[in-house]
Amino acid sequence: MSKLIATRAIRGAHKLVNRAEKELNQALKEKGSETKIEFPNTGYYLPISYGILGQKIETVGGLTDLLQKAKELLPPLPEEKLWLPYLGHTLDAGMATLFADEIIEALKYTQDPLPYLPEPMPRDGHLWLGAANDVIMRERGIEFVDGTAPGFALCVGYCPTNEIAVKIARELQEKNLYVFMAASTDGKSMAHQLQQEGVQMGWETRLVPLGEDVTACIHSLGFATRVALSFGGVQPGNYQKVLLYNKNRVFAFVLALGPVDDEKHAQAAGAINYGFPTIADTDIDQILPTGICTYEHVVSPVPHDKIVSKAIEVRGLKIQVSKVPIPVPFGPAFQGERVRKEEMYVELAGPSIPGFEFLTTKNLDEIEDGKIEVIGPEIDEVERGSQLPFGLWIEVAGREMQPDFEPVLERQTHDFINCAHGVFHLGQRDINWARISDEAKEKGFKFKHFGSIIQAKLHSEFSKLVDKVQVKIYTREKEVRELLEYAREVYKKRDARLADLTDEKVDTFYSCTLCQSFAPNHVCIITPERSGLCGAYNWLDGKAAHKITPTGPNQPVKKGKVIDPLKGQWQGINEFVYVNSNKTVEFFNAYSIIEYPMTSCGCFECISCVLPSTNGIMIVYRDYAGMTPSGMKFSTLAGMVGGGVQTPGFMGHSKQYVGSKKFVMAEGGHKRIVWMNKQLKEELAPILQQIGEEEGIDNFLEMIADETVAVTEEEVLEYITKMNHPALSMPSLL
Amino acid sequence: MKKPINSEQVSIDDSVNYLLNNQNQLSIETVWDRSKQQKTRCGFGEQGLCCHNCYMGPCRISPTGKGAQKGVCGAPAEVIVARNFARMVAGGASAHSDHGREVAKTLLLAAQHPDSDHSIKDSNKLKKVASTLGLSIQDRAKEDIAKEVAEILLAEFGQQEGELSFTKLAPVKRQELWRQLGVIPRGIDREIVEMLHRTSVGVDQEHQNIFLQACRTALADGWGGSMIATELQDILYGTPSPIRGEVNLGVLSESEVNIAVHGHEPAFSEMLVIASQDKELIDLAKKHGAAGINLVGICCVANEILLRHGLPVAGNVLQQELAIATGAVETMLVDVQCIMSSLPDVSQHYHTKVITTSPKAKIKGAEFLDISENNSLETAKKIIRDAILNFSHRNSVDIPKQKMDLVAGFSHEAINYMLGGRFRGSYTPLNDNIINGRIRGVAAVVGCCNPKIVHDQGHVSLVEELIANDILVVQTGCSATACAKAGFLTPESATKYAGSGLAEVCRAVGMPPVLHSGSCVDNSRLLIALSEMVKVGGLGDDISDLPVAGAAPEWMSEKAISIGQYFVASGVYVVFGIGMPVTGSSVFSHHIFEECEKILGGKWDVEEDTSQMAAKIIDHINHKREKLGISKGRKRVLYDMAMRRELKI
Repeated sequence: MSKLIATRAIRGAHKLVNRAEKELNQALKEKGSETKIEFPNTGYYLPISYGILGQKIETVGGLTDLLQKAKELLPPLPEEKLWLPYLGHTLDAGMATLFADEIIEALKYTQDPLPYLPEPMPRDGHLWLGAANDVIMRERGIEFVDGTAPGFALCVGYCPTNEIAVKIARELQEKNLYVFMAASTDGKSMAHQLQQEGVQMGWETRLVPLGEDVTACIHSLGFATRVALSFGGVQPGNYQKVLLYNKNRVFAFVLALGPVDDEKHAQAAGAINYGFPTIADTDIDQILPTGICTYEHVVSPVPHDKIVSKAIEVRGLKIQVSKVPIPVPFGPAFQGERVRKEEMYVELAGPSIPGFEFLTTKNLDEIEDGKIEVIGPEIDEVERGSQLPFGLWIEVAGREMQPDFEPVLERQTHDFINCAHGVFHLGQRDINWARISDEAKEKGFKFKHFGSIIQAKLHSEFSKLVDKVQVKIYTREKEVRELLEYAREVYKKRDARLADLTDEKVDTFYSCTLCQSFAPNHVCIITPERSGLCGAYNWLDGKAAHKITPTGPNQPVKKGKVIDPLKGQWQGINEFVYVNSNKTVEFFNAYSIIEYPMTSCGCFECISCVLPSTNGIMIVYRDYAGMTPSGMKFSTLAGMVGGGVQTPGFMGHSKQYVGSKKFVMAEGGHKRIVWMNKQLKEELAPILQQIGEEEGIDNFLEMIADETVAVTEEEVLEYITKMNHPALSMPSLL
Repeated sequence: MKKPINSEQVSIDDSVNYLLNNQNQLSIETVWDRSKQQKTRCGFGEQGLCCHNCYMGPCRISPTGKGAQKGVCGAPAEVIVARNFARMVAGGASAHSDHGREVAKTLLLAAQHPDSDHSIKDSNKLKKVASTLGLSIQDRAKEDIAKEVAEILLAEFGQQEGELSFTKLAPVKRQELWRQLGVIPRGIDREIVEMLHRTSVGVDQEHQNIFLQACRTALADGWGGSMIATELQDILYGTPSPIRGEVNLGVLSESEVNIAVHGHEPAFSEMLVIASQDKELIDLAKKHGAAGINLVGICCVANEILLRHGLPVAGNVLQQELAIATGAVETMLVDVQCIMSSLPDVSQHYHTKVITTSPKAKIKGAEFLDISENNSLETAKKIIRDAILNFSHRNSVDIPKQKMDLVAGFSHEAINYMLGGRFRGSYTPLNDNIINGRIRGVAAVVGCCNPKIVHDQGHVSLVEELIANDILVVQTGCSATACAKAGFLTPESATKYAGSGLAEVCRAVGMPPVLHSGSCVDNSRLLIALSEMVKVGGLGDDISDLPVAGAAPEWMSEKAISIGQYFVASGVYVVFGIGMPVTGSSVFSHHIFEECEKILGGKWDVEEDTSQMAAKIIDHINHKREKLGISKGRKRVLYDMAMRRELKI
């Protein structure tokens, strides 16, 4: 019965709060209350206390209040007889546990050296990654938004054997779930087991070792809390929304592996507050009646071969995994995997070897669906360490297929191929590059399986467009070089078509409301010259996506009457945005940052914002963790821009939009750019140079400041004054 | 505890049987003796066919059809029955509402005189109530808010037009129905007065029309007077939360000074609670040879001090005389409602002092003590001091050994917390487990005790059957005390008595299968709970869609009729035991037992046999489940991304 669970969770909470108090007192004594405390590069402070209580804790002293809150929540243990209701108490104890966890984990970040590696992947024997920074959170957040990651599994403890650990990890990966690992038992943890088996871990492979301590579980819930704050637009302190958002959007659960002590029971109670149930492999008490979570709260004991499917059922999760007929595991979780040279069997194309990937449309009677030809040697005909030319020639046919969709489908090749475990892919078109690992080769992966992957995935994801798929794989230089010439001609034509595509030339834009599951009031409007702010969807993608799912999140929107061509305002767009933003956004300018700018969900690649004294704007890319001249880091800026709210002077957008002729056109366009972070500036240098030439400004690129010359607004002003930046002589921005 | 039905048996509570045997030797007259002396009750009156609203009568209508079929004024049976029924509603509503008025006055006193003995204990509840009334709460002192709350609600007693504020808490669909039927109450006193007017000679002579005004009067009770009483008492004395206690005459202490409070209004008993913890008085008690001071309750005021302080309950309404008959009660304080005139007579055989504390309720032979609101704590101390001095006057003491543990205190707020804690508190788990079939439905079993049937048996056997059939039972008043004595209010009873589904939920939550929510005025809590169930969703969009029912198996007071009527008017199926004084008119009976369901969604029923009553409630709940499409529980839905986007946050 559940009283035992309640008792253990409450006891665990008491222990952890006591521990937090001890460690906090020691830190206060040794480090002083003014010592700064933060998780790396985040605008969400300590996310649990920020999200649940609205507290912005920035110093060790600030933790005192959180500890007090935890203590106030601590309930008494249920009595042996004539007990009082304990469910509410247990959940409160769970929350107290999370507060205690956060105190203990935050204090770890004041240690030298850091107990965690502040990078996305384990390295040099450093296994544990601790709190994810905001860059990771945003990059990965999009996957929770579009459903590529349906949720996460927090795995605590260890499996009876390494083999079982790997099997569970792979199964979760194949279900596209993130796997967070924390809390070792007797020095053993699932992450250690995967490490021993040489499994690649890190955010890229969705196998994330959080920390060895039981309190490291907090980093998974901290991540979940930030998803609610950033993508859901939930206000910090609105705990009810933070928790319900997680219950109904982020489908996570806890796998309790091996012995479950009091402290782990307490973590489970904390997770239940978020609607995340616990599934255990040992015989612990169950809580089956529903209500806080979607279905059961604690289920046990579940055998290892059933634990993943049971967890998914208990969480109420529907995962559709298209079966791809290849001999290695397949799923987005394997996308981030690298195949290092020393574990590589064969390399295809690449920097010095010719290659291409090309998709073209044929008539239905011209191709045979399912046919795969390998022209040139197969994998077992080449020696280990070989480098081969690699041409991937894909022919599709379908009644709804249009030439405009060819590049859209072609670009999928990268994502498709990368999903195969042990296969690594980079680039596209004529700069493609692939590697196949020894392990994959050993398991029977052949070149022809590229064809199997592409056929299976095109059929499952683009069935509305594609009826037949035929694939030819070329591995001989002669044929590859011949076909490459032809492909290049087509690439050129496509580029010209794309360059020709302007907002004025079309009468229909596409909406994207994919992120409304997270940011209910946000609507993206994708125009030929302004791609979706996540960078993942351009106008053609929108068009194709609409064909594929006519009732889906990408809808055609008629521009209607032009209200303002300079600011980019149309009547049809206004009406659509108003209705679909739940009547929160009444007007919308596609080309202005000042007046009714487009809202953001939270997945933006870049943020632009006005630097008032410079009469210009700055642009920062999401990977840049340093301070910007706005006085805010990307993470803090992101908090202001996201959540579907119009913030004049601030705007989230894609990298592509920076190069667009429509970039802040209402305010005078590119000449307003006074600062960019260096990496972004370098990446966009060719485009910026070209724009400078077109504007008749000689050294435009050099005029734009970056962090090497200016990190404050004053420094930017000083720099651009020195450079005689055109923004200074433009009409006042505000 | 439960015994087979025995015609000689008076109660299923052995403490009662034990004392009755003893007091027979002392020839003390009790409620059961007088009930016997009344012999067979007047057949006309029992069926509601006797009219004495004017002096052309009294008239009576022959139920067999052989005698007179009309009163002297020409009123047929259905009009006479409807008028009598409606007057009972008015009587009951007036009792609760007058209670509510006193509480509102006390709140005003506490707001205006923070230095008085009364203060605001639950600021959160105050803010919640103020928000319901549409008041701003930001940056305001609690006294300031309380003053405005009290003034607004006091004004609702005399309000002539408009709608009572708390009716807004009902589901929107229900409010619309009330407006459409013209039964949304305008002012509390106004509806009661109009009810009395319309049922006086020669006024309203259409039974349906009388019934509708009876709805409006009852709603002015449930969503007016009673709710004001409950909500403001919570503000003044604290909102109940789960608490342990003990029940039955065995809680009287042989070694301590026993002071029993009996009645309904908690204002003065709250003072006694404070005074009874006074160290000086405890020392005084010890000086006089007692081990301490034992404050116990009887009837509904017992529930008030139980829920807020965990103080023991000596018994329900029919045990009031027996408490004195233990010889162990130094003082019994009584205020209003359900006080028997016989108390001073019984007390004459013992040393017990009976004190009445309400100028509205004096009893011959009892001492009347005016509790002026300003010095009530001092008065309370004086009463306790006198009781201590009375301790030495005890003669033979014979306290039955029966007592039982219990857990009580399930206010709406407590249920909310219990089901999800501070951060996830809501009724969702309740609704979910009703939808998935672990809990079949919810039944409110409430009301009085009545010597016409075996004491406590109606309550206990009905509740036992309901929980065995996975129906969560919510209780108030003397019915709760009956079931507490039977042990149903302990969490352990889930495993022992509840069906497997209900027991599983009880185990997950740690709650008993029977939830004690307060005194009879606190039935208003159940209205809020029902509205919350609708709000949470998944069980329809009106109270009348919910798989719930109400029952009063041993009712006797007019208040029970008013309560029943406001539940029916709120959309609930309500079944009464023993009988109802309406059966004399098949036309009116048909109207309230059948026809009114089409209009209100709720209806009345009457059933003497508790086992049949349980069957009817189960049938009704099953029927509602079927209409909701959850008769076979609900299948597990697995959510893909698109479905998740549809989920409410």
